[in-house]
Amino acid sequence: MKITLGTVTHPGGSRVNKTGAWRTAGKPRFLHKNCIACDVCALGCPEGCIFGTGQRTYYANEDFCKGCGICASGCPVHDIEMIPEGGEDA
Amino acid sequence: MLKGRMIQGCRAIAEAVTLCRPRVISAYPITPQTLIVEELASIVADGGLDTEFINVEGEHSAASLVLGSSAVGVRVFTATSSQGLLYMGEVVFNIAGMRLPIVMINANRAVSAPLNIWNDQQDSISMRDSGWIQLYAENNQEACDLVFQAYRIAEDHRVMLPVMVCVDGFVLPHAFEVVDLPSQKEVDAYLPPYQPIYKLDPDNPLTMGAFTEPDKYMEARYMIQRTMEASIPIIEEVAREFKRTFGHAAGGLFEKYRVDDASTVVVALGSMAGTTKDVVDDLRNKGQKVGVLRLITYRPFPEEALYEALKGAQNIVVIEKALSLGGSAPLAVELRSVFHGRPASPKISGFVIGLGGRDVTTDDLKYAIEKAQQQLINMEFIGLRTDLELEGINA
Amino acid sequence: MPELVKERDKLIDHLLCSGHTACPGCGQALAARLVVRAAGRNVIIVNSTGCLEIFTSKYPESAWEVPWLHSLFQNTAAVASGVEAALRTVGRLDKVRVIAQGGDGSTFDIGFGAISGMFERGHDILYVCYDNEAYMNTGIQRSGSTPRYARTTTSPPGKVSLGNLRPKKDLPQIAAAHGIPYVAVASVGYPMDLDRKIRKALSIRGPKYVQIHVPCPLGWGTEPSKTIDYARLAVNTALYPLIEIEDGVTTAIKIPARVPVEEYLKGQIRFRHLLEGTGRKEEIAEIQKMADRNIEVYDLIAK
Repeated sequence: MKITLGTVTHPGGSRVNKTGAWRTAGKPRFLHKNCIACDVCALGCPEGCIFGTGQRTYYANEDFCKGCGICASGCPVHDIEMIPEGGEDA
Repeated sequence: MLKGRMIQGCRAIAEAVTLCRPRVISAYPITPQTLIVEELASIVADGGLDTEFINVEGEHSAASLVLGSSAVGVRVFTATSSQGLLYMGEVVFNIAGMRLPIVMINANRAVSAPLNIWNDQQDSISMRDSGWIQLYAENNQEACDLVFQAYRIAEDHRVMLPVMVCVDGFVLPHAFEVVDLPSQKEVDAYLPPYQPIYKLDPDNPLTMGAFTEPDKYMEARYMIQRTMEASIPIIEEVAREFKRTFGHAAGGLFEKYRVDDASTVVVALGSMAGTTKDVVDDLRNKGQKVGVLRLITYRPFPEEALYEALKGAQNIVVIEKALSLGGSAPLAVELRSVFHGRPASPKISGFVIGLGGRDVTTDDLKYAIEKAQQQLINMEFIGLRTDLELEGINA
Repeated sequence: MPELVKERDKLIDHLLCSGHTACPGCGQALAARLVVRAAGRNVIIVNSTGCLEIFTSKYPESAWEVPWLHSLFQNTAAVASGVEAALRTVGRLDKVRVIAQGGDGSTFDIGFGAISGMFERGHDILYVCYDNEAYMNTGIQRSGSTPRYARTTTSPPGKVSLGNLRPKKDLPQIAAAHGIPYVAVASVGYPMDLDRKIRKALSIRGPKYVQIHVPCPLGWGTEPSKTIDYARLAVNTALYPLIEIEDGVTTAIKIPARVPVEEYLKGQIRFRHLLEGTGRKEEIAEIQKMADRNIEVYDLIAK
């Protein structure tokens, strides 16, 4: 690994840091039942690890999801629930 | 024979800076730097320099502003003195750590308290740990010459460190001297456009100013130390090339005046070395083998070169306009370490002189030289008044 | 997982990407993501020391996909002024936008002078303040933005204290007093409004100030999953009015669903000392009065 002049770093290197390992309490399960693709879960994720292209396609990238639960809390149609670690995702 | 015109130091320096084409200038007024910046403002106002000239609300912001501009990849300039230098202190360290080749003029002035606007070198000496290269000018000609050299040294990809050109406040900026400045064409040939290694650009995004944990910080600082050591021959190279290009000597590590066969050598920074040369000539006429080594590059501290230059002397008389309160005279202490554990061991005496703008007279210098020749002086104040009562101090 | 979605995962480029080390549920991380998303790639961001800087720039792991510079704590606005000046002098300021950002500590307190200078000189910079109402990165100390009666480690409630006694410094009004073209207050509880305000600010030339309310689960003592909920409560109690001041003219968003301040205070550990036992009725009434006054001053209730 190199120390650059002035510790200048290249973009996006944080992706090596798999913050999914932080989860203790739970993770989101996307039920894919009532989803209206409002994008609120994806927009509200502080990690930016929720992705979706249309109704009932949303998921959280578990490499990075810290399990904060904002997505579940914010889903207007209650289509996301927090399940214990080790549970199956949708 | 030097060509040139009779010109006030501040104007000469401003013209020298102008010739280097900085694209952003930002400064905050503080005596005795003010005239330099005012002259620059006037040059800009008349269309003499295509630059963004920005008056800021404080020195911390002046240094920060040029930091931001330098990070985008343009050549910049700022200037300050004393309180201003101390106030921008954390930014000064930051700039060196970020390896930005900023050039600053520091018009040396005493530090508060008590408040004093006149010349001594405490301000820049206090910043010697910062990672900036420090060059000290003897006169206004050299001040201008060092500005040209400063950009060359700073922007060299083997260096990429900021450079502080120190000029004794009032003594240099306010004085009228004969200065010969090159033409724009000559400076453009000498100083090519700045090519940054890293810069902020959406076409090639970079993160600058990342923090490091204990497992990497020391290496980043070690890099600066090694680079400063490696810049010693580069500074010499730049001075040699300057002489070849412009025909007269300026800069380099130090100037030796009648040192080679001297048994007593005075060591000094800046304009007072000029006065010392007169004393040296006087004493030489009386048969004494005296010389003066005028240190120009204070940081990096050119240990090896100083050892070689001074090893033949019996007495070294260090006179300085600074003091590490509670400790000793800084330059004398550093010079002693050059000889520590080595075959040559001249007696090195330290004298503090001229604080707060008090005149450095030829009598003072003769006194110091004579005293040092009689006995080794650890540190002595020259010219301390005996007619004043000093509360809490028993004489 | 549908293949189509996996494709999208690759295609989406987050300009503040995953792998940063913010606390779970961090309001500031969320807001910063939304800001840079609205700003796009043609920006240079100058960031002060603080949570956002620390959790996105540990060498060599940077979460930033745009050019980004961190210098010190108090000089962000001055450094950004230099970035702007350099872009102007090389003729790139029309295409590349400059954002200076920091927390309330660096904005309201230590960086206040530099921001004032930047506003006064008229630089074309958007200053974004992520307001979580204390120095969170150093462990929840009181700042000029800390609300009245909030617990912080340097303004703790105790036998002879009710927490921080000073009211919040009104930085949006101070910014507007500089005569800058655009000042806005946003909340991470209303992401689309935040997005609109950032885009609007960036479409204007000159100094702009956008202050974003961002709950800090750790510092406020709130549930990480309730970050957006608490941000909304702050707005709906009228304690954090979402105003815009454009060329001196103030407009405000009407409160979507008004609630009494107690709904906001309860569930936040930093206000627990006001609600324990029989509760500090006088102090809560005082906070309610502050909310009522905002409603009056900014006309926050729809008729």
